[in-house]
Amino acid sequence: MSETAPQPKTAAANPPVQPIGSNLLPSDVVRISATKDVPQPDRQLTKVAKLIDVSKCIGCKACQSACIEWNDTRPEVEENVGVYENPHDLTPNMFTLMRFTEWVNPETDNLEWLIRKDGCMHCEDPGCLKACPAPGAIVQYSNGIVDFIHENCIGCGYCVTGCPFDIPRISKVDHKSYKCTLCSDRVAVGQGPACAKACPTQAIVFGTKEDMIAHAEERIEDLKSRGYANAGIYDPAGVGGTHVIYVLHHADKPSIYDGLPDEPRISPVVEGWKGVTKTAGLAVMGVAAVGAAIHGIFARANKVAEHEEHEAEKLVQSGDGNGGTV
Amino acid sequence: MTNSWTDIKNTDLVVVMGGNAAEAHPCGFKWVTEAKAHRGAKLIVVDPRYTRTASVSDFYAPIRPGSDIVFLMGVIRWCIENDKVQWDYVRNYTNASFLVKDEFGWADGLFTGYDEEKRDYDKSSWDYKMGEDGFVQTDPTLQDPRCVWNLLRAHVDAYTPEFVERICGTPKDKFLTICGMIGECSTPTKTMTSMYALGWTQHSKGAQNIRGMAMLQLILGNIGVRGGGMNALRGHSNIQGLTDIGLMSNLIPGYLNIPTEKEADWTTYMSTRAFKPIVPNQTSYWQNYLKFMVSFMKAMWGDAAQPENDWAYHYLPKLDVPAYDGMRMFELMNHGKVNLYFCQGFNPLLSFPNRGKMTQAFSKLKMLVIMDPLATETSHFWQNHGIHNDVDTAAIQTEVLELPTTCFAEDEGALVNSGRWIQWHWAGATPPGEAKHDTWIMAQIFQRVKKLYQDEGGVFPDPILNLTWDYADPLEPMPDELAREMNGRALSTVYDLKDTTKVVAEAGQQLSNFGQYRDDGSTMGGCWIYAGSWTEDGNMMARRDNTDPGDTGAFLNWSFAWPANRRILYNRASCDPQGKPWDPSRKIIEWTGEKWEGYDVPDIPVTAKPGEVHPFIMNPEGVSRLFSRGMMRDGPFPTHMEPFEAPIANPFNARMRGNPVARVFESDANQFAAIGDPEFPCVATSYRLTEHFHYWTKHNPVNAVLQPEFFVEISEELAAERGIERGGRVRVWSKRGEVWAKALVTKRIRPMQIDGKTVHVIGIPLHWGFMGAAKKGFGPNSLSSQVGDANVETPEFKAFMVNIEPSAEEPVA
Ligand code: SF4
Ligand code: SF4
Ligand code: SF4
Ligand code: SF4
Repeated sequence: MSETAPQPKTAAANPPVQPIGSNLLPSDVVRISATKDVPQPDRQLTKVAKLIDVSKCIGCKACQSACIEWNDTRPEVEENVGVYENPHDLTPNMFTLMRFTEWVNPETDNLEWLIRKDGCMHCEDPGCLKACPAPGAIVQYSNGIVDFIHENCIGCGYCVTGCPFDIPRISKVDHKSYKCTLCSDRVAVGQGPACAKACPTQAIVFGTKEDMIAHAEERIEDLKSRGYANAGIYDPAGVGGTHVIYVLHHADKPSIYDGLPDEPRISPVVEGWKGVTKTAGLAVMGVAAVGAAIHGIFARANKVAEHEEHEAEKLVQSGDGNGGTV
Repeated sequence: MTNSWTDIKNTDLVVVMGGNAAEAHPCGFKWVTEAKAHRGAKLIVVDPRYTRTASVSDFYAPIRPGSDIVFLMGVIRWCIENDKVQWDYVRNYTNASFLVKDEFGWADGLFTGYDEEKRDYDKSSWDYKMGEDGFVQTDPTLQDPRCVWNLLRAHVDAYTPEFVERICGTPKDKFLTICGMIGECSTPTKTMTSMYALGWTQHSKGAQNIRGMAMLQLILGNIGVRGGGMNALRGHSNIQGLTDIGLMSNLIPGYLNIPTEKEADWTTYMSTRAFKPIVPNQTSYWQNYLKFMVSFMKAMWGDAAQPENDWAYHYLPKLDVPAYDGMRMFELMNHGKVNLYFCQGFNPLLSFPNRGKMTQAFSKLKMLVIMDPLATETSHFWQNHGIHNDVDTAAIQTEVLELPTTCFAEDEGALVNSGRWIQWHWAGATPPGEAKHDTWIMAQIFQRVKKLYQDEGGVFPDPILNLTWDYADPLEPMPDELAREMNGRALSTVYDLKDTTKVVAEAGQQLSNFGQYRDDGSTMGGCWIYAGSWTEDGNMMARRDNTDPGDTGAFLNWSFAWPANRRILYNRASCDPQGKPWDPSRKIIEWTGEKWEGYDVPDIPVTAKPGEVHPFIMNPEGVSRLFSRGMMRDGPFPTHMEPFEAPIANPFNARMRGNPVARVFESDANQFAAIGDPEFPCVATSYRLTEHFHYWTKHNPVNAVLQPEFFVEISEELAAERGIERGGRVRVWSKRGEVWAKALVTKRIRPMQIDGKTVHVIGIPLHWGFMGAAKKGFGPNSLSSQVGDANVETPEFKAFMVNIEPSAEEPVA
């Protein structure tokens, strides 16, 4: 292994043919779940972003297929339930999903078929990470990527409730939480995300966040010229901005795109919880205490399913934190 | 395609009608995205369903399946009425001014010469008035009532916006908006491109649908120009290659013809082939037919093909019917007239109409040989899969042999894309198990058959024994050997035609273009249009230089495009009659005063002076045809014909059924639902989904995840009317069969008002069968009718009548 891979600036780069060192180092981690005092990194990576231009997307699912192939997941062959979404939801084996909405524009009375690629938004201020009680199960790199470190995950599901976008999914097989990694393993060796590389229309592009914003603005101008007066960027401030951003034709109404939150923000409970974890430290019992203490409000605020709570508690009580059966 | 995928970025308006480019051609569709993003191009989609292409369009309008000609003739009428015509182009580059015989006419939906008994036209009146000089009579002022332009005006007069709304179900205001957008492209500086596919071909009048749009493009001056053209998006990555090398019973590679019985000898055969120009000074390309044909015969039979034996013309089969197309073969098979059937890379049990008949036909074979990389439904037609293949295995005596072949990723060779680019590719993987290249299998069989003829003789062994087979390993011809053979080479010294002392190629050398083909036996070439693809300079198809001078999208050094590496056909027509580009910002070539020059290979002899040689050198007229004479069986203009199964009678002639000259086999004739049959009130149309490729990808678990199970698409209104739930199970049936599917209830299909009736459309995607990783299901061919296009026999998969009801459970067979 010789040099370190460059930081990718586009999704188009070809893979290296020589072994190459990772450009994402442990020292590039800026936040770690349930961990305070993360050492100050000695460098700041350029912030990256994946831009999904919903107005260019043809719903072909090449991105979904590339994601399956790259991550070597095997989602189930499900039934057709009368929709184009397949699988029908994100799963521990399907990190991204095309969501299709048939929307009649009240202003023109014309049908629009809104097709949005759903998946982790890689929030600058990640609710999942803040909610996660397991030290080191979720990390954020200084380029903005939020990654799940599965060996540290206890499968408690708090990341699901902490996420304003309803993204992580807990595997029933290994009881770990899964979501889009923004292809951190590809980015680490100078490649853009697999989904971006596969996208035939370049509805998905990847690069520095600055470049992506500039590109988005060009697209918005084109959309405005075609009569989409409210075309705009979705980079919600409520979570500090995101490293997956959308171009929407109707940026004034994100929720018409199959429930994309109009104003996502982390539940205040999760924000508050940060303080609790601090005192709880790494102790497993501490996690249980947190779970018990905030059960009521937490469930209401973020709709934690009761069984998730039970599962988390059982896990914690089994004492090993990551091997308990559910 | 007249143009190329990369050229689409040059357009101002993309019309997707008769296709669904974003879903069926997502990779090529990137050039539409490019035109929209960087040229501000607009996209119009006209389709029975609001498709994924429509989801990124600027304007969408619905249309009833099978009514495209009405729409297109309506647009032409609107353009003429509103003077949206590129007049200089129409006057100079089309046959608008040509005079047509007085006997020609049209009434009650039929052209002159119809014979109901024969289901055929006597086409003798569908032709020009010829002068005594042997040239056609014209009226450049377009005043003569018998000129093509005035006949066209009269022909389209019936297709008013109201008529379009009544027959197509397209709301008049939407139709007129589209007319306005299209009309803008009649100026020389704005172009429109037509992207179509099987949505236009799979009709009993498919060729006429395409004619309709081609005529519109000519009227707008959009043929031969950058960002224009008629762009057929081919349904398989190499289906263009299939037609190019003549994998059809009536073709010889390079679109030459297999002789018919009436052409018993060479002279008779050639007499109708080398069209002579019918306008003064014109070059007619087909005058080279003899060179192409002789070179082909030399490629086939080498020294056995000599001038004395008419180049072994007697070796060629002579057709007793127009063609042994798929439907005719399966008809014969069903009559027990076929013993052995080789099925290579083909899954007809699902891809040919009337599945029930297919099963019967295969059951009558003695032997069925399957060459395929996948375990296809056809190879398992005898296996019982419950309702999904409900056969009595014990009663089927056919012996089935499966010869596993490699798939494209395991082969080296060339694929021809829709834009006629022949792109070489290399094997990316080692074949699994016992899989062999198709060429290996074919060579093995050929050598054994040849030995049988050698040892035992036969009625006519010569064409087999004398077949040229000079490959290094006769048991496995290599891709490069086959490619060189198709390009052609000199057999003896080839001299320049004008300066006969000048050597063009020495014996054994690869020819560099088809201009070097000769009719004296000194050259051989398997496929003249591929000449230039493998020259003395090497494999031109393997070129991967993506420089593009002038940013025109031509990419002349990337692979090889037939013919002659030309990227835009008819590109002479991109210039005005004096040879200057209509749109200087979109120059392709221009006349320098001495020759034609530019970014593409000129589609005209390079020294042919403007005004002397007309731009459409493939036609003896030198111009393009708004009136196509007797070239098509069903009329010199497109006229509206209903599908064979339709909710309404033909508004021009209630007695007329479908295409009046389409071939209908007797056994299929009684399998049509009556017109307006209340038992089959819904119009069904079939199509592909982007998640799958035909019946292949259901074998791949990833594709199976993305689109797992057979469904049909219906409107919310129809669902409510029939009590069908989203995701519920339904039964859909036609006069020929039934299927069970999941219901996808959508706003993207709406009921239509057709001739005062509410008509529902049901969408039936293909892709499911009983083999592979996806859930078991059906294909549309269990339901569709068995009739093909009158000219080329493409089955009518896009419009047939069905009924639908909720079905509680899938029945157990
Ligand atoms: S979208 Fe959800 S899972 Fe992804 S980073 Fe944000 S909070 Fe975490
Ligand atoms: S499941 Fe629990 S431990 Fe695992 S990442 Fe989510 S919050 Fe952290
Ligand atoms: S970035 Fe990688 S992990 Fe995320 S959706 Fe794309 S392919 Fe999947
Ligand atoms: S690959 Fe691109 S165009 Fe296709 S569904 Fe994904 S984002 Fe859309």
